Parts: sequence; C-alpha cells; structure tokens
Amino acid sequence: MTERLDHTPAVAPVRGPRALIFEVGSPESRCTEAPAIDVPLGKIDALLGGRARTAPPTLPNVTELEIMRHYAHLATMNFGVDSGMYPLGSCTMKYNPRINEDACRLPGFAGLHPYQPEETVQGALELMVGLADALGEISGLPGVTLQPAAGAHGELTALMVFRAAHTAAGNPRKKVIVPDTAHGTNPASVAMCGWEAVTIPSDERGLVDIDALKAALDTDVAAFMLTNPNTVGLFDPQILEITEAVHSVGAFAYCDGANMNAILGKARPGDMGFDALHINLHKTFSTPHGGGGPGSGPVCVTADLAPFLPGPLPVAFDSGGLGLGWPEYSIGRVRSFYGNFGVLVRAYAYIRALGGAGLTEVAEQAVLSANYLKSRLETAFEVPYGPTCMHEFVMSGERQKAENGVRTLDMAKRLLDYGFHPPTVYFPMLVHEALMIEPTETEPLSALDAFADAMLAIAEEAASDPELVKGAPYTTPVRRLDEAGAARNPDLRWRPAGE
Amino acid sequence: MGYIPVTCEQREAMLRAVGVPSIDDLFAAVPEAVRLTQPLDLPEPMGEIELASHLANLSAGNAPATELVCFLGAGSYDHYIPSVVNHVLSKPEFFTAYTPYQPEVSQGTLQAIYEYQSMICGLTGMDVANASMYDGATALVEAALMAARVTKRHRIVCSPTIHPEWQHTLATYAEAGVIELSTFAPVSAEGLTSLDGTDGLESLLEGGDVAAVLVACPNFFGNLEDLDAIGRLAHDAGALLVVASNPILLGIMEPPSTYGADIVVGEGQPLGNAMSYGGPGLGFFACRMTHVRQMPGRLVGVTTDTDGNRAFVLTLSTREQHIRREKATSNICSNHALNALAAGVYLSAVGPEGLAGIARSCVAKAHYLREKLLATGRFTAPWETPFGYEFALAYEGDVAEMQDALLSMGYLAGASVADVEGEWPTGIDENLAAKLVLFAATEKRTRAEIDSFADEVVSL
Repeated sequence: MTERLDHTPAVAPVRGPRALIFEVGSPESRCTEAPAIDVPLGKIDALLGGRARTAPPTLPNVTELEIMRHYAHLATMNFGVDSGMYPLGSCTMKYNPRINEDACRLPGFAGLHPYQPEETVQGALELMVGLADALGEISGLPGVTLQPAAGAHGELTALMVFRAAHTAAGNPRKKVIVPDTAHGTNPASVAMCGWEAVTIPSDERGLVDIDALKAALDTDVAAFMLTNPNTVGLFDPQILEITEAVHSVGAFAYCDGANMNAILGKARPGDMGFDALHINLHKTFSTPHGGGGPGSGPVCVTADLAPFLPGPLPVAFDSGGLGLGWPEYSIGRVRSFYGNFGVLVRAYAYIRALGGAGLTEVAEQAVLSANYLKSRLETAFEVPYGPTCMHEFVMSGERQKAENGVRTLDMAKRLLDYGFHPPTVYFPMLVHEALMIEPTETEPLSALDAFADAMLAIAEEAASDPELVKGAPYTTPVRRLDEAGAARNPDLRWRPAGE
Repeated sequence: MGYIPVTCEQREAMLRAVGVPSIDDLFAAVPEAVRLTQPLDLPEPMGEIELASHLANLSAGNAPATELVCFLGAGSYDHYIPSVVNHVLSKPEFFTAYTPYQPEVSQGTLQAIYEYQSMICGLTGMDVANASMYDGATALVEAALMAARVTKRHRIVCSPTIHPEWQHTLATYAEAGVIELSTFAPVSAEGLTSLDGTDGLESLLEGGDVAAVLVACPNFFGNLEDLDAIGRLAHDAGALLVVASNPILLGIMEPPSTYGADIVVGEGQPLGNAMSYGGPGLGFFACRMTHVRQMPGRLVGVTTDTDGNRAFVLTLSTREQHIRREKATSNICSNHALNALAAGVYLSAVGPEGLAGIARSCVAKAHYLREKLLATGRFTAPWETPFGYEFALAYEGDVAEMQDALLSMGYLAGASVADVEGEWPTGIDENLAAKLVLFAATEKRTRAEIDSFADEVVSL
C-alpha cells in the first residue's frame, strides 16, 4: 500500500519502546525524597492502631530525569490545540491564552485553603463575584452558581433546582423532554435526577418539531432541555414559541449552554425565555480541556429560581467585604467547597481581556469561520441542514460511503495523516455518518483553508483509492486500534510480574 | 486584547465566499425580539500588561495558606508539590488536548491515565480504578449510586463521621429519590461510627435492604475507624462496603481491600494538586473487577494496533452517557484528567518509599503537635483514638478569637468543627462541636513551627 505523504503528520511518529512508567527505572531509583523527620517518631503501627501496611504499595521507582523523559515522550504522542487545528464539533477547541495559565498559578490563588478565614480570601471572592456577575449579564439570567465541576454536573444541578421549585409548588413531576439531537449527558442527568427522559424527534430542518413538543407537554413534564444553538449548528428560530409552550404547562425551559460561544453578545438565553442554563467555561471561555478535564459548569437561573441554588455562594455583606452565604431555599451542596476555582480564575481573566465588544466578536468570528468552512466543503460532502450555520455545522459522509465504501470513520482517521485532529464523528445521531465541524474563532484563515484542502483531498482519495483511506492512519504513533478486543478482555491496570 | 487572528480584509473575503453581505445575516435565525442591539454591559477590555497587574492585585488581596503556617486540613491539605508536577502539567500536548476519543493521537493522555489507574489500584488494593471523578464528595455519591445498581437496593447508610460537606452532597443527590439516605447518629464517645446501641450501624442494617455502608477512614475527625468490624456488619447484611480514604496515608496503612472494601473513593488533592481554594480537586474511585460494568466514568484499557503494537484506548464505553444516554451508569463526561495526571506524576516522583516517608512524617508531626497543644493546658482531648495526621481537640475559650489572634501571628490555627459542619451537623454534641478544632500537620511543617505555635497558644 502506498502512503503518499507529502504533508506534515498529525503527530510525528515515535519509534522505539513506549515503556510504562512502572517499566522505567530501577528499585534504587528515587526522585523526590521525604523530608527528614525532626520530631520524635513513635512506632507507626502502634500510632495507627495496628493498621500499618505489611507490603509497600505498588508504585514506580524512577529518577527525576526518567520522569521528565517519560512524560516528554508521552507528550509527543498527544495532539492538543497547540499542535494544530482541532475542529471537534460541540467541544470548542479554541486557543487557551497563556496569561490565564499564569494567573491560576499565582500563589495568592493556587495556595488558598478553602477554609481560610474570609478576610484572607477577599481577592478570590472578588474574582468569583466578578465572574458570576459577568455570566449573569452574558446569559441574561441573574442567579449564578459557580460550583458545578463540569457541564454535566451543571445540568444535573439545574435539574435539581427545578425539582426543588416544583416540589415547593406541590408537585415534583415525572419526566423531562429532550430532543434527539441532545448531548448524551442530558438524558443521563435526567435519570440521575430521578425523572424519566422522553426523547422527541427533530423536524426535517434539524429543529425542534414543535408539534411533537406540544404533544409531549403535560403537567407531568418538569422541564424541556434544549441546546440552542443546537448540535447540528442551528439556532432554533421558534425559540420564543418553544419556551412559551413549555411554560404553558408549568414546566421549566433549560438551555444546555455547550454552544453559548455562538451567541455571546448577540442574544441571551434569559431573553429567550429559558429559566436556567449551564455554561462550559472550558468551551466558551477558553479554559483548557486538560485531556478530559477539569472543566467548570456554572449555572445561571432566573431571579425566581435563584433562592434554590446550591450553596455556599460568594456574597457581599452590607457591612462591606465579601463572604460566603446560603440561598434561602438552597438545594444544598453539589460538591465540596465552592467550585473549580483554578478554572474560574482562567475564565475570569479571559472575560476581562475581551470585555463586552470582544465577546461579541468571538461569536461573530466563530460563526463566520464555520460558515466559510461549510461553503468550501459543501460541494464535496452532503450538508443536510442549512443554508447557513452558527459556530459549527454537520456534514454527512453518506455520499462517500455509498459511492466508495469509505466511512466517516475512515476519513476522520485519514485526516490525522494530514496533520489535523478530526471533527466530532457519528454525533448527532440523527445524521448518518456525521462529521460535526467547529473551527472556532481562534483559527487563522490559512488553517481553515488548509483543513478544507485536506478534506477535499480526502474526498478525492475516497473516490480514487478508497483502500488508502480505509487503511488510515499511517503516520501516527500507533495505527488503528482493536477497540473491540480491549472491551472483550479488559486490561485496565498494570500488575507487577507474578502478582 | 483578543485572540482572533483573522484580519478585517480576510473577513470581507470570507463573507464573499459565504455569499452574505454581513455577519449579521448569519444570525438571521435569531428572532429580532431577542437580538441584542448593544454590547454586553461588562467592564472594559484590558491589554495583557493591565490584565496581569489586575490579576496580581486580586491575588495579593489574599493571604494564602502556603505562605502562612498552615495547620488547616478538613478535606484539603498543604502538602509539598514536587517541581516536576507543574512542569509535566504545563506541557501543552497534555493540557490543550480534549478527551482522548481519537486514540491514535492521544496515546500520551491514554497511557498516563492507564498508569494513574494502576497506581490508584496499587494504593487502594482494589482491582480497577477509573480515570477520575470531580472530587471526593462526588466520588462518594457515585459509589452510593453504583452500590444501588449492584445490589438492586436503594437505602444507603452513611457514617456520621464522614466529612459533613460530603454527607451534605450525598443528601442533595438523594433528594432526587434514586437513593434513600439514612445517616446514623450519634458519633461514639471515641469519635468513631457507633456500631451498637439503638442508633448504631448494626440496628440500621437490620432490615436487610441496605445497598451500601459508607465510611471514611480516617474520618472527618482524623480518627481511624474499625473497618474490619464495619465491613463484616455490612457484608453480613448483604450491603457493599464503601470506604473513603486519604491517599497519602495509604502509603503506610493497610489498604481498604484488606477489610473487604467493595468500593474505595477519596479526595486525591493531596497527590500533587494545589489546594486552589478547594478546586479543582480529584475524586479517585476504585472497585472490584466483578463490578466493573457498573462503574461510573471513563476507563482506559490496553489493546493492540493493526501493526501489533501495544496501545491504549478508552474502553467499556457502553456504560457511558454518550452511548447509553439515560441508561448510563453516570452523567459524567468531563472528569478531572489533568488532576489525575498530576497525581500520577506525584506518585512517580515520590515512589513507594517516598510516599511512606511523607506519610510517616505527617503522622509524626501531627502526633507531636497534639502533644504540644495538650501541654499548653488550653486544649483537652475529646477522645484517645488512633489517628493519622489530623486530630480534634477541644479549646477552653472562644475558638474564633483564638484563631483570629493566631492568624495575626501568621498561623492558620485549624478548622472549627462547628464552622465546617455549617449546614450539615455531624450529629456530634453541639456544645462539644463548638469547642472542637481540627488540626492537621503535613510533612511541610517543621518542629520549630510547631514549637512556636504552641508557645503562641500559651501566650494567648
């Protein structure tokens, strides 16, 4: 098979052994040694009431250089936003400004203990209040909690707030409606909140089927969850009719804010009739994704729902100064302490860098860049919904599958050989062979063009040499993996020989 | 200041390519009634110099524990973070990457998580650990939910000596009705979970309908619980034993698996993560292989690629929300991968011997601190129970006044039990709780600091 590579691979191939950290070093290797103990030390087993370990835990023995080489090696096998364009739909892989990284590491932030007296954390509380106020203004929903650790955690928190409000009104209700384009976290959060998730189909435009929604609405419905703009990249123009219908049966309208980056400064969920929204700070407000977290999922709610928010929340005392307080009918705690503070610092820094006009530009450029890419690709690929999109769009690989037997997965893997991270694939599920593309506002035009060129080249390869695409990737540190085998015989941890 | 590289000229060209006259045309779907006509009312933008200065000022508005002499613990601990940790975490290939859904270009993250999973298994003695949860409190909730799925029962018995914030979190989740929470009271005279008596664990397990017994060791008061007895009671009643552990102490203590734990969770912040005002932390979660398909969260496993090379991949994903939706084992998607990476680097840096040494140092210093404080005559011991590196003493006077006075001398003089309890009393006698102060001493504290601290207490 020919590899035909005249472009930069996504990740430079790494040859040589990829040892586990347990396989590096020797029993004598040491990095950080424990400090000498300068106080009397009794017999440990006696101090621990006879609970001392008889055998040490299985951990690596390595030197400092071995650690740095090991992780340097692992880093070369990874692709991040700094490596190249990462157009992962719905995930908003934008540039992570470095000053935000510096900020969260300042000793006055990173070194704070959560139970320090309030007078010693006034700067931290001021930052949290500033961020909460900004999110309230951006969302049009004035009640804000910064506690949830991630988007899914925020969804669940908002649903708990709804449940408390319904219960206070005398009927906790039974079910929550989600469209078929919803993120999987939506129905999963509904189940964790003790409700039944009812899925309704989208209409032929990829929007809420308003008749199906109205048919599903009754007084057993606690809420309707909608991502707007939705996961096919469309803003639902029926939004006011939707929220009015939801409210007409006494249910709450929930906005999954995963795509909030598309409407910053252009429209506010609160003005659309939503009662609550979560915001993924790690998407819209540029905090890094960290290879799968930590994120942060603040929740914004109407003034009516604010008394139910989880506590404690930063508050300004009449006497001056800031502290922590509890909303009147709080649902309680949803986690330890007050939120993923280190992530909040980064998002706050981002908002202060951009200001109101800067945030509007973020949305405008994100939407323009997505439309530009779409215009460059729609001749070669099926684009089921349109004519324009918001910050992302969904294409289908149906044509390539039908004509060449090349699946979306194959094209995604081939993109790796061209130096790009693939888009989100096979989501949303209502589009067959879906490719969900979100370029973000931080990609230069040259990168958008290079990505479009690569996609078009792959479409040509699919026609001229389908086996080439089906065998991709060729240039990555590992080739395609046996995922079924991993699930069939799970090997989820290293064990020392003989254990 | 902005991060948009496209020029005005390029914007015009892009609009022409799209075929619309202006950007506003792309927002045509937004009903006019909700379109914003003026910019958001936010503070003016800042350039980098101004921003750096503003953030430095906010930071300087705090007096961080790391720059004081910190005897505060209660769920967040002032351990030393080896320099290598931040250097590894700062590698952009790690922190600017997404969840490793494309394994061919995510082997770094995947292998690091696999190594982390292995280390957590090594510490806890369990068969399998997931890629992380948000924090100790939510890991405990997930353990309770998982126990309900495994046993097909709904009642959860939670020890009253678990951190009040964790109990409170559990109670918030239980409101939804998926699990039913029974806390048991009172705390025994030894500062432990009461096993017998009318309200004790034994009587609570009588109905035979309990999914899990949740217990922390060390508990909120720093005391070491009798896991052997609690485990036997739980298992005799057909319930799972869920243990919350301190990962530093697992360097020198028998792992919970020794006592038959079915699920082990905990707060992993002490493993190389900054306290950062309480977040992001790291929830670690480990269990038996027999229950792996009921686990929440991501798992990394080993496989091979088409060339036969060893490789790593997210696996058993049919448990997860993006596949199973409302039938998933949890709604968790983003977890705390970077904090798990920090824990992996930390545990590699210290190794088994270093971790044991750090744990011994913490235990020795905490015991020394306790003796010195008792010797001041201002504190009395509520109990004589084995503990790790955190303990509670009753103060003779006003706790807040004592803490204020010592703060002005540069000490964080422990956590008031009544203050931490806040909205969620542990069930310990109120008058005692008002006097109790929780002190922690990590390996960072020196004998000189402890001696001076005790002297200052005497001088109050």
